[in-house]
Amino acid sequence: MNKTWNNRAWFMVLPVLLLVAFSAVIPLMTVVNYSVQDTFGNNQFFWAGAEWFEEMLTSDRFWLAMGRNLIFSFIILVIEIPLGIFIALNMPRKGWGVPVCLVLMALPLLIPWNVVGTIWQVFGRVDIGLLGYVANALGFDYNYVNDPFDAWVTVIVMDVWHWTSLVVLLCYAGLVSIPDAYYQAAKIDGASRWAVFRYIQLPKMNRVLLIAVLLRFMDSFMIYTEPFVVTGGGPGNSTTFLSIDLVKMAIGQFDLGPAAAMSIIYFLIILLMSWIFYTVMTNYDAEK
Amino acid sequence: MARIDIDHIRHAYGPNPKAPKDYALKEVHHTFEDGGAYALLGPSGCGKTTLLNIMSGLVEPSEGRILFDGRDVTRLSTQERNIAQVFQFPVIYDTMTVYDNLAFPLRNRGVPEAEVDRKVREIIAMIDLEKWSRRKARGLTADQKQKISLGRGLVRSDVNAILFDEPLTVIDPHMKWQLRSQLKQLHRRFGYTMIYVTHDQTEALSFADKVVVMFEGETVQIGTPAELFERPRHTFVGYFIGSPGMNVMPAAIDGTSARVGSQVIALPGRPAAPSGSIELGIRPEFVRLGREGMPVTIEKIEDVGRHRIVRTRLEGRDLAAIVPEDGDIPADPRVAFDPAGINIYADSWRVDYGSAA
Ligand SMILES: Nc1ncnc2c1ncn2[C@@H]1O[C@H](COP(=O)(O)OP(=O)(O)OP(=O)(O)O)[C@@H](O)[C@H]1O
Ligand SMILES: [Mg+2]
Repeated sequence: MNKTWNNRAWFMVLPVLLLVAFSAVIPLMTVVNYSVQDTFGNNQFFWAGAEWFEEMLTSDRFWLAMGRNLIFSFIILVIEIPLGIFIALNMPRKGWGVPVCLVLMALPLLIPWNVVGTIWQVFGRVDIGLLGYVANALGFDYNYVNDPFDAWVTVIVMDVWHWTSLVVLLCYAGLVSIPDAYYQAAKIDGASRWAVFRYIQLPKMNRVLLIAVLLRFMDSFMIYTEPFVVTGGGPGNSTTFLSIDLVKMAIGQFDLGPAAAMSIIYFLIILLMSWIFYTVMTNYDAEK
Repeated sequence: MARIDIDHIRHAYGPNPKAPKDYALKEVHHTFEDGGAYALLGPSGCGKTTLLNIMSGLVEPSEGRILFDGRDVTRLSTQERNIAQVFQFPVIYDTMTVYDNLAFPLRNRGVPEAEVDRKVREIIAMIDLEKWSRRKARGLTADQKQKISLGRGLVRSDVNAILFDEPLTVIDPHMKWQLRSQLKQLHRRFGYTMIYVTHDQTEALSFADKVVVMFEGETVQIGTPAELFERPRHTFVGYFIGSPGMNVMPAAIDGTSARVGSQVIALPGRPAAPSGSIELGIRPEFVRLGREGMPVTIEKIEDVGRHRIVRTRLEGRDLAAIVPEDGDIPADPRVAFDPAGINIYADSWRVDYGSAA
């Protein structure tokens, strides 16, 4: 193949480069800058080295929030991925049901985060919320404001309601790409429903599932808006995730240094986790 | 193994079929004898795959019944019919090894592992993939995939019938020939009822005891290769079988002779009550090119090795003749028709001869 080299082509990349610089690189560098300095106001900064990082990594507050994040992401994945697959498997493949299901599935995804939060905040209230009121009327002692467990349930159900659709749509896209001939062959070969899933449908969904797991992991690990709106991180600190803690620290207490250090650690963790997921799942894929 | 009766089957894919053209299968009524080796031959889109899928239960026919050994199975599932089918587009389970692919139909039916191993080894040897046995099926070449697909159709020995839907399309000619003779061997050994779809006539004629020719959703003729050659029931069979196909020309019948243009041709008998548009069909093998008979002009001579095909024009119509490799072609060529090879068609269907007058 003949390639034409033309260095002026680099100018084409310039707009994107500028955009990325202003939206990502420069803010990130500012954060890095904060994380290694200390300030007593007056815009005076002093070199602090790795001090903030050490403080962060040895503080209980950080590790507790981190633990909550990991547990939250884990629960979210364990519920949303199988549920998403299950719903996708049971969605119609042809007929009028297809557009209806697709629209229904897409709806929660179109609602802004804070609106989802508000919806559930009201929905769960024991005085006027449908869920909270009915649950209590039926004798369940449900109150997300006082009870940490109820707060967790609310936040998790909310996330499942909001995001399972994404998994469903991704899986569905994988499923509809399977030619009819595979199902016919499976019938001839006497394959059970499980065997069809295991050897035909799952392999076809492999790639989209990888994407679904990655997206849901990163998203749930960065969760902020919904719990912030619903529980505000409480009761106590029970739903204070890293992101909520970060905002408290940076905006509430104005501890810029520790907050910056925390953001960087947070960022590195997400990067690392995503990389691990990706390598593990693509290797698994290649082995097969 | 079973006898399969196709009882007045009609099938349309769309809802509410009305005109005959709405039907993918117009009407098929035919018996596949127990233990027979059949080829299903026909051009693309004539309904071969549809017919196979109806037999195996993947498609439920719009009308008619399917009987296995006299038992109505029309509403039974594929599983209950116990049929093996090899698909036109090879299907492999690409997360499994080659070995597991072949073992899959057996394991699904709870066959003991020792028996599975014995059967799978036998088939792997037959399709010549022993070296690949432990490899994942993903990443194999197209012909290897087709062999696996074929192999999966052959591992079960208790099936009622095996249906092959153009199973060897991407396999190279030598291997194709080898696999086909192995299929015949298996057929002799186990006496399966085998139905083999193809649109390649040599493949059909070399595989089958009986050939079913389909055309536009109908079976137009069922017979031995010799019958298809000598007495094509429909002009389509005449064109489709043989190389080159049968010469067909409009004719008029007058007692025991036919008139083509200004030529009068003697017939071996008196065609029974021909009506509609009449045609005379004769295979190039029965056209004698020499110094006697009707004058023709030669357009082209093709040498195909064993013999020569001479393209001529008779009364303004194309006529092919086959001349032996060493036969001579005179300067003033004439043709004569061997009466044994003349068939008369009314509205494309062959009419029988009555008593010779
Ligand atoms: N699933 C389907 N839905 C609608 N129409 C179909 C379907 N399958 C086949 N047909 C139509 O039915 C007719 C017969 O198709 P079929 O696949 O049986 O032909 P075939 O003889 O197997 O052809 P080929 O040699 O190309 O495989 C064709 O006109 C085709 O377009
Ligand atoms: Mg076909």
